[in-house]
Amino acid sequence: MRFAILVNEGPYQHEAADSAYHFAAAALAQGHEVSRVFFYMDGVHNANRLQEPQQDDRNIVRRWSELAEAHGTDLVVCVAAALRRGVKDEILGAGFRISGLGQLVEVGIQADRLVTFGD
Amino acid sequence: MSDEANWEDAGAVKRFMFVNRKAPHGTIYALEALEVVLISAAFDQDVSLAFLDDGVHQLRQGQDAKALGMKNFAPTFRALDDYDIDKLYVEAESLAQRGLSAEELIVPVQVVDRERMSALMAEQDVVMSF
Amino acid sequence: MLHTVNKSPLQTRDLDSCLEHLAGERLLLIEDGVYAAVAAGEASAKLRGPAAEGRVYALGPDLEARGIGHDALADGVEVVDYAGFVQLVAEHGPHQAWL
Repeated sequence: MRFAILVNEGPYQHEAADSAYHFAAAALAQGHEVSRVFFYMDGVHNANRLQEPQQDDRNIVRRWSELAEAHGTDLVVCVAAALRRGVKDEILGAGFRISGLGQLVEVGIQADRLVTFGD
Repeated sequence: MSDEANWEDAGAVKRFMFVNRKAPHGTIYALEALEVVLISAAFDQDVSLAFLDDGVHQLRQGQDAKALGMKNFAPTFRALDDYDIDKLYVEAESLAQRGLSAEELIVPVQVVDRERMSALMAEQDVVMSF
Repeated sequence: MLHTVNKSPLQTRDLDSCLEHLAGERLLLIEDGVYAAVAAGEASAKLRGPAAEGRVYALGPDLEARGIGHDALADGVEVVDYAGFVQLVAEHGPHQAWL
């Protein structure tokens, strides 16, 4: 089955980014496809590679990048939401790209399931 | 995946519902949800909007966020009809709980009871909530 | 359809609103939503109907993170892990998050 995931909250402040990641990893482990993760609203902060969590904590941006690298998942950051919050190409983690909101609607059409995480 | 191929061949349309449960201005959810609604119009899908709980406040007449320096986006709901988005469902119980009536809303809507709202939700292919 | 609630039942009305619209569908409690499943808590009574029909689930890793043992859960609430979450969406989807 083809899954798409929508993330509406930033890393660390809310559990949403963690829940979304664990869901994506579990879907992939079962042999499903996770074609795209779309980062919207404060979710765009997930893409910021300047994050430096403490040594004993998870690195949320790197975790997304590794997932994209291993499984080809398209990590899309909404351009309007990103610009509003100062998230630009020069600070994107590996595997992330900035694009339009149409990418969310498009994947809603193409995927079998859209799963949303937020607060 | 074969189902998907069939769906693409048929050129079928998916039922998208945008569920609005949050009040405007206090947080950005309502505004950014509306931005997705506007984009969705370009995809020729079967789009509907649901307003329930504090989401009904988004449709109140007379909103003016000027003094806050915020975008006054409520009038945009009136423009949805131009995008062929005309299914705006508002839950009667949510209006009543907040002392609101359909006449006080900025745009014509279909007021539905909770049972009907639940049924509408269950009919969707994609539910967008923020 | 699979509904998820991620807030404590004593913090917001999200669980109430979800249950008011649940009809015959399924509910998975995640994040702070899992507190609703604690049998000794007042909110668990609200789950009784759908839980008795096997339509209420709670996410195991979120229970464990919060120190809630499976033996503390209300009758009928089934614990699933993330793989189970994926299966629920696959089998019963679309997903509706009560954010």
